[in-house]
Amino acid sequence: MSEIVVISGKGGTGKTSLTAAFAHIAADAIICDLDVDAPDLHLILQPEIDVRENFISGHEAVIDPAACNACGLCMEMCRFGAVSNPPAGYHIDPLKCEGCKVCVQFCPAGAIRFPDRHCGEWFISRTRFGPMVHAQLFPGAENSGRLVALLRKKARDLARESGRSLILSDGAPGIGCPVISSLSGTDFAVLVTEPTPSGLHDLERVAELCRHFRIPTGVIVNKADLNPENTAGIQRWCADGRAEFLAALPYDPAVTEAMVQRQTVTEFSADGLSMDIRHTWRRIVEIGNRKTKSHKATDILKSSV
Amino acid sequence: MIVAVASGKGGTGKTTVAASLSWVWDRPVTAVDLDVEEPNLHLFLNPELTGRQTATLEVPVADESKCTYCRACADFCQFKAISVLGSVLLTFPEMCHGCGGCMAVCPEKALSSGVRELGEILWGQADGRIGFFMGRLRVGEAMSPPLMRAVTAKLSELSAADQADVVIDAPPGTSCPAINAVLPSDLILLVTEPTPFGFYDFRLAHEAFRPRQKPMAAIINRAGVGERSIYDYCRSANIPILAEIPFDRRIAEAYSRGRIVAEALPEMTSVFAGLVPRLRQLAAVDAVREEAVHV
Repeated sequence: MSEIVVISGKGGTGKTSLTAAFAHIAADAIICDLDVDAPDLHLILQPEIDVRENFISGHEAVIDPAACNACGLCMEMCRFGAVSNPPAGYHIDPLKCEGCKVCVQFCPAGAIRFPDRHCGEWFISRTRFGPMVHAQLFPGAENSGRLVALLRKKARDLARESGRSLILSDGAPGIGCPVISSLSGTDFAVLVTEPTPSGLHDLERVAELCRHFRIPTGVIVNKADLNPENTAGIQRWCADGRAEFLAALPYDPAVTEAMVQRQTVTEFSADGLSMDIRHTWRRIVEIGNRKTKSHKATDILKSSV
Repeated sequence: MIVAVASGKGGTGKTTVAASLSWVWDRPVTAVDLDVEEPNLHLFLNPELTGRQTATLEVPVADESKCTYCRACADFCQFKAISVLGSVLLTFPEMCHGCGGCMAVCPEKALSSGVRELGEILWGQADGRIGFFMGRLRVGEAMSPPLMRAVTAKLSELSAADQADVVIDAPPGTSCPAINAVLPSDLILLVTEPTPFGFYDFRLAHEAFRPRQKPMAAIINRAGVGERSIYDYCRSANIPILAEIPFDRRIAEAYSRGRIVAEALPEMTSVFAGLVPRLRQLAAVDAVREEAVHV
């Protein structure tokens, strides 16, 4: 089994549009949306949900006003500034509560409950390109790292059961908790960037994160024609041994036009950018096979080209 | 007044807007980059940095000579950051959220406080007139909210005396880091683009921020591409659209050269300068309304 995750550091570089196109080309992968906070892949893939489950993670502290003796110890001990004392009495802001249990444990009146926290939902679905595992964290919820880990486990289970050998994941922006969770044990990370100061800065940080976890990486510069000089700079940066340079893709209005039609860009149009994306996917597969040759079956990805 | 520039979807132009707003602001202003995972504001404002501080989180350090392996700490920890296997006590500092619970429950006082580096706080001034603060998460560190809190604490510490307004560049998304970034604000300015992804994530962000009962306004970036659903949504949700930034290759190219859009393109200067009084008015209207409620 091989796991490829598409990430970027900077948001809005085209991760999701490219992942959707790759899912189309690969044709029979397990597709996974690991951006559980602001997932967009389902807008293109239009999944039909077969399994819908609640995501329960951790707990939240809730003060029972009738039992509270207003001693203020909870507010004093909370390291997250979650307890306030408005005129109406002590109160815990659920968005600031870390679920650490300190207030629950030390409340002398036993006035703080600690119910499970319902953070979101996750799904197993069917799409026109194969099975999809995805989720939606409730607005403002936390523990997205745990939800990402859960989705990856479900995707691996599904791959084993269905005899599929490739898991293709769309990751979250940034380098924090959900991104770290999407990287551990991944075979290859595709880093999508753009030729801007932000794109390069964020690429360097996300590439460093991948090195930290020893994940091989390849770089796609999207909207490369926006600034050919910066694109060349990123290419040189890759050539210094930091990552495989996969492709420089031009800006193409077809990406947004396809999105509006709820299509992948490769479905929307067969030539131009779509040819470049197909070529890029072939490169990813070749590199994936090369990198996994020593310890994994070499034919894993061949079927998908 | 504190304005948080937020989005939901990444890459819609938060940093473009935050940099441009700071540039044209009509009063003393401080720009604060709270997208600590991928901070970019400094790449455009080019501040002269005058201060730097490491931000840390308090994590437990075990003194095994005092430990009786009673497991009180391991049973208490909600984050699996500490465990006892027979007569071995293991701490996993990377998992620790810094709540201090283990140290408080240990009956033998066998746990003392150590630190994990979260990242750094940097500050200075741009163009000799714009205050600047940013946080930069250490690569490999998972938790951004504690660093964000440290940045805002530093900001209040160093600028308690001045009356500067604040423009916050928030991280994308709708979960804990994004919420943390908008919490200190008087007004949330949502930047989006009129594409299906932009619209979907805008709705998520609006739902996430709405319970905070702060005034919200929108800027539509790359206006002219995509579809109209975002406009209909803003109308029905009563979110004023304060400006549209046209889809224009010159803007994208200016950004790609590290330019502040409001500085590089004169027509954009007036768009952003016109925004400032509108923002102030929206925040003030709401403050008045709130006062009325409290009275």
